[in-house]
Amino acid sequence: MAFGPFLLLALMEGLVTAAVLALAAAGLSLVFGVMRVVNVAHGEFYMLGAILAWVVASVVPGPPAVGFVAALVIAPVLVGALAAAADGLILKRLHYDPEATIVATIGLLYMIQQATLSLYGPNANPVPAPFEWRIQLPWFGYSGYKLFVVLAAGVVLLALWIFMRRTKAGLIMRATQVDRTTARSFGINVDLVYMGTFALGAGLAALAGVLIVPIQQAQYLMGGDPLLLSFIVVIIGGLGSLRGTLIAALVIGLSDGTISMFFTPTLAKIIATLLVAMVLVFRPQGLFGARA
Amino acid sequence: MALEVVSLSSGYGPITVLHGVSFRAEPGRVSCIMGRNGAGKSTLLKCLMGLVPARSGTITLNGVALHGLPAHEVPRRGIAYVPQGRRLFGPLTVAENLAIGGLVTGNRPETLHRVLTLFPRLRERLTQTAATLSGGEQQMLAIARALCLDPRVLLLDEPTEGLQPSMIALIQEAIVVLKARGVAVVLVEQRVDAVLKLADRVAFMVSGRIVEDRDVSGLRADADAFRTYVGV
Repeated sequence: MAFGPFLLLALMEGLVTAAVLALAAAGLSLVFGVMRVVNVAHGEFYMLGAILAWVVASVVPGPPAVGFVAALVIAPVLVGALAAAADGLILKRLHYDPEATIVATIGLLYMIQQATLSLYGPNANPVPAPFEWRIQLPWFGYSGYKLFVVLAAGVVLLALWIFMRRTKAGLIMRATQVDRTTARSFGINVDLVYMGTFALGAGLAALAGVLIVPIQQAQYLMGGDPLLLSFIVVIIGGLGSLRGTLIAALVIGLSDGTISMFFTPTLAKIIATLLVAMVLVFRPQGLFGARA
Repeated sequence: MALEVVSLSSGYGPITVLHGVSFRAEPGRVSCIMGRNGAGKSTLLKCLMGLVPARSGTITLNGVALHGLPAHEVPRRGIAYVPQGRRLFGPLTVAENLAIGGLVTGNRPETLHRVLTLFPRLRERLTQTAATLSGGEQQMLAIARALCLDPRVLLLDEPTEGLQPSMIALIQEAIVVLKARGVAVVLVEQRVDAVLKLADRVAFMVSGRIVEDRDVSGLRADADAFRTYVGV
């Protein structure tokens, strides 16, 4: 294949990575921004989304699209409910102390991972794409489902932006993010806001897991890479900045896609890590984060 | 709606800041609390808002207990708070700050209209972020945000601190209007001239205790009280 079409293919693959990454990282950024909690278990919510998508797709009868649509709704809701329970049972009891919650979410990571291994097993299972449509370009054919992933992630992120900027709940979350004590003195139940935020963040990760599972396979260790990349994205974009997260996800996703195709995936990770190191040295608050 | 505090004790961790404070705020009256730095004035207001838990004593509004309520329930009872240093939601716009103020009352348009009539300058700044306002405008917004709650009791912690005279006059006028509307105002203030102009009663705090609680008319000719308890 000539360089031009090969570059186009690499960019399209990168766009898919960026879209899924943006969803997962938006959840991580939201949780840190509002709650100041670094959620090390975030990748496991992504993994649970993928596993639950496989479960739902397996039990729902009919064509793959029916099971997939059901998974798109059920998996984020169930994972969000699990996250809400984890918030009430663990994080709230630690008074959302930043250091203690890091340790607690590491524990949560292992609990979810080992529970999944026990219940689901070590195998990787495929989930069929909801449709098999392919777009035929002059140089190569491309999966219509992958384009759907980009579109779906874009729609969800736009909805998230509208939710945060245009709704009462989003306003309450942003006020809590700025000053939780003052928010309390205006009648905002901060504990409820935190529970909702943690559930929403986990739900976004689970949604990313559902979207990716027809491309990758559902497996209990699949949460590691998205966690690492999500941290890279939110550090570069600025912890707590949704806009920064989206831009950084695009940069990292596209560079990951192109470098992986032209060279190796390992080189892509090395460059992303170097980029994080440079950001931490020269602009520790991230490209769009507020200085502490 | 009288706010009544009886034998209130409170503090932070092992430190007790308030020692058996008793205090009363009446509707349509300005009750002022004065004292040196560290006397416990701000802690008293935080304790009334439930932001610092009461260890003993009672806080009631028209006989209904407020002590022990979670902090987010206190404003639902009609108590609004303007903290020291304003503590605005800086990245949010003026309109959004006011919307947060009116959350518990459902953001009634008539309340917002009344608040913006009191502070017309804010009407021109509705889409501006709070952090970009001048100091005086920020203080107006802090008070306006609290008024969006349509409070029966308003707690103000040094609202004129660091402001230029024209802004101080505007804020004092606003307090007079609120008093006329029957709001019980609790004012923590260090400026003697402001206290003499606005207050009906003055309580002096020393080391977490109210040592004297007097009608302001008796204080006009008694500069010694201010010198003794406030150092001015």
